[in-house]
Amino acid sequence: MSSTLIAEQLLNGLQFGLMLFLIAAGLTLVFGILDILNVAHGSLYMAGAYVAAQTMQVTQSFVAAVVVAAVVTGLVGLVLELVLIRKLVIRDHLAQVLGTFAVILIANDVIKMIWGPAPMMMSMPPALSGPVQLTPDLMYPAYRLLIIAVGLAAALGLYLFVTRTRAGVLVRAGASNRQMATLMGVRVPLLFLGVFVLGAMLAALAGALLGPVTAIQTGMGEQILILVLVCIVIGGIGSMRGAFVGALLVGFVDTAGRAFLPSLLKLFFSPAVASSVGPTLAALSIYILMAVVLVFRPSGLFPARG
Amino acid sequence: MRLIKQLLALAALVPGLAFAQAPIKVGIANDLSGPFAALGAEARDGFNLAIKELGGKLGGKPAEFLQTDMGGNPDQARQLVNRYIQRDKIDFFTGPIGSNVALAVGPTLFAAKIPYLSNNPGPSQFAGAQCNDYWFGVSYQNDAFHEAAGKVAADRGFKNMVIMAPDYPAGKDALNGFKRGYKAPVGQEVYTKLGQIDYAAELAQLRDAKPEAVYIFLPGGMGINFIKQFVSAGLNKSIKIVGPGFSGDEDVIRAVGEPMLGMFNTAQWAHDLDNAQNKKFVAAFRKEYNNRTPSVYAAQAYDVIMAIDAAVKATKGNVADRPAVLAALKKADFASVRGPFTYGINNFPIQPYYLRVIEKNAQGQITNKLVGKVFDSYQDVYVGQCKK
Amino acid sequence: MMRKLFTATNMSVLGLVLLLVFPLIAPALNLDFYVSFVRRVLIFALAATSLNFILGYGGMVALGHAAFFGAGAYVVAMLSVQGISQALIAWPVAMLVAGALALVIGMISLRTRGVYFIMITLAFAQMVFYLFISLRQYGGEDGLNLKGPSLFPGLNLADDRTFYYVVLVVVLACLWWLNRLINARFGQALQGIRENESRMEALGYPVFRIKLLAFVIAGVMAGLAGALLASHNQFVSPSLMHWTASANLIIMVIVGGIGLRYGGLVGAAVMLWLEEVLRLYTDYWHLPLGVLLLAIVLFAPRGLAGMFKRSAAR
Repeated sequence: MSSTLIAEQLLNGLQFGLMLFLIAAGLTLVFGILDILNVAHGSLYMAGAYVAAQTMQVTQSFVAAVVVAAVVTGLVGLVLELVLIRKLVIRDHLAQVLGTFAVILIANDVIKMIWGPAPMMMSMPPALSGPVQLTPDLMYPAYRLLIIAVGLAAALGLYLFVTRTRAGVLVRAGASNRQMATLMGVRVPLLFLGVFVLGAMLAALAGALLGPVTAIQTGMGEQILILVLVCIVIGGIGSMRGAFVGALLVGFVDTAGRAFLPSLLKLFFSPAVASSVGPTLAALSIYILMAVVLVFRPSGLFPARG
Repeated sequence: MRLIKQLLALAALVPGLAFAQAPIKVGIANDLSGPFAALGAEARDGFNLAIKELGGKLGGKPAEFLQTDMGGNPDQARQLVNRYIQRDKIDFFTGPIGSNVALAVGPTLFAAKIPYLSNNPGPSQFAGAQCNDYWFGVSYQNDAFHEAAGKVAADRGFKNMVIMAPDYPAGKDALNGFKRGYKAPVGQEVYTKLGQIDYAAELAQLRDAKPEAVYIFLPGGMGINFIKQFVSAGLNKSIKIVGPGFSGDEDVIRAVGEPMLGMFNTAQWAHDLDNAQNKKFVAAFRKEYNNRTPSVYAAQAYDVIMAIDAAVKATKGNVADRPAVLAALKKADFASVRGPFTYGINNFPIQPYYLRVIEKNAQGQITNKLVGKVFDSYQDVYVGQCKK
Repeated sequence: MMRKLFTATNMSVLGLVLLLVFPLIAPALNLDFYVSFVRRVLIFALAATSLNFILGYGGMVALGHAAFFGAGAYVVAMLSVQGISQALIAWPVAMLVAGALALVIGMISLRTRGVYFIMITLAFAQMVFYLFISLRQYGGEDGLNLKGPSLFPGLNLADDRTFYYVVLVVVLACLWWLNRLINARFGQALQGIRENESRMEALGYPVFRIKLLAFVIAGVMAGLAGALLASHNQFVSPSLMHWTASANLIIMVIVGGIGLRYGGLVGAAVMLWLEEVLRLYTDYWHLPLGVLLLAIVLFAPRGLAGMFKRSAAR
């Protein structure tokens, strides 16, 4: 096991974690501020990917694809908030989960009606389609470096937004005490609308960014949603910091599990056992991680809400 | 609630009682939602094209084709098959894309003496110990594509290979099949998670291992993800990709595009296979479906309907005489788009397998090109376990 | 006068009568297929009711209930493959295994609250799912066919109608027992915990133990339902344990009526029937299901059974 391999796997863990963070950020933001668990967040991610792919096919411009995806999905998020989310915010968590699950069912069929069941193609921007020489030994895909860069930028941007800008302060005010904020002149419903749309746009950004490296098909939202839920649960639902840490943890543990576990097991067990138990354990690793964290910290690592 | 339900069920049945001579019924369980939705849609297009060409008839007699989506779910499929058998009284069955569904519904159909013609899955269980007269693996046996690919890799002298599949029985079967065809030890065997999205870890291992080629069995979205990421990591410059036909077929090409250029894949059919029936089929498919090139799923589905048609013709529409139907089906006496073939005693085909490579054609489109024959007349390895 | 006719009690009696006579009149109406369909509805009704017990009455939103359902089913299948087909052995063992699984998962999960509880039960269900997929010798992703119909002393379970009545008796017995439990002190305490956990703790109730016991009972019932399904389908597959299966169970409970006596039964009947019928007419059948679910969540939160219950008595 060379040091180059280890370095590459570390980068991979970072990249996977940041990929998850992009999606987790929107979800945890909405939960933290609006107190609603929106499982249709995965569908917004899917919508972003589809719109980006379609735009890419028409314009051949990656930047256009990302922008159009964010705008269109933001609009979808706007409508969704006004029509449904508003009504679910005052309900219990079960109703929220079920209501947004219904949206998933509807969204999958609507997407299928528009684009058909076959996966969509989104080509990678040619400039980023090859590897970059990081060290004399290590070549790393340029596109994954982009994901890392965007992930870090988003994390920084969100942090600054929530702590330094006036809008961010208002958002936190609205979250911690709605009535007080309203009395002080903050238009809470408008604020919530804004946060939800922001969340939707973040999901779309993730979808557009991941489009070239993943399969764009119906059900893609649910696949990644499970992983994202694990991230925010580990980190603490509602906490941006928690989402960041949780996502990175999941990214590293999952990558390490897949990369090193089979080899590690071979040291102790026979190759036959290692090759059959290894992949299973690797697949279970993030769920085991989550269970362990919850045993010691039942509300996650950085609980924002009780 | 239940009363209303029963009355409605009754009402839905009434039209079915009106026929004097009952039409021949084919039950098709489509895979239009769930993990194989894209492939199921291809199959459905193949079915519909054949049905259209036959004018909705089989062997010249009136026929009814019942198509319902079961979403790739074995439990739902069981439900559906029960309904097809008990309520609709089908005479033939086809449709599922996944082996798990085939294994789930097969025994029920065999017990009810209904011929099941497979438009895709060819599980080893049905080729060996559980072989049955009512099963017809019209397309191929699951291991065949992998063994053919193994032979290709061996013939081309790819050394130090890394082979990859998801960690489930079909994945393990695939790699075992490959190793049988390759006839030499492989460099590394890697198992990924079913439904895995990100392959960065495996790609790093690949880069470290420096194989001459990698063999992947990653059906559906998994393959799409992997190939995109493989090319993005620049690994396609030094490592060749070999895959079974279904990982490199037209549907995947449409989803991935350029990154697939240069991929070798093996199948029992290619759209540029040079026989009259195939030329006719491909042209008709393109005309019907907006100039789309058919994939192997569409071709197989088309063949199944044509096979049923030939059998009905041979028995002059007397499908109630099951032994006669089985005998007719067994002859495989129809113009298949892959060319003529025969069945082994386990009702799996003995047929050639071809090598295809993904290239840009004269019009600049990315598509498969037939480049060679891997096996002239290959029979699956499980036939010995079939005791009839 | 219509109100007086359509009381909950009258509807239940009517329903019971219909369930009893249905297999006898079905052949005359050419509805043979529906005997096994209704049997399937009954099995899912048991699973949904077991979930309703902890969800509706206990307030525990368990998103991993399908794990117990699937485990019960797999036990029966695995025993069958090993040569044990006696229902009176296989079904109790299935219940035991499901109960043990529920005990372990419950002990860890019930330490968490709210959304975390939802997530951790989901995580455990996923673990069970991936575990069963990797079991090569028991079919893995392909699933497992049973060796033959389950054997019951004196009764031929291979006969559709006989098996139907066995399932009917078992399911009705379980429903009756759960109902009695709900009205007994244990059930009342459980509902009290749902209403206000801290108050119950202050009053000296062993809250954790009550919740755990309820969780295990629900798991055992779900395991029994799974065992029945395995015998019914003669086949099991890991998809029984996928999180979407758990979600389907929750949807059944919500649509039927959460926290209502027949919520599970009505929900299972409606959802399974809808799936059957919708599929006949369109390939895009998820859409109307989603719309229905949304409508129920927004406009009829007490579910369909709740529309028949006028009084506050549950």
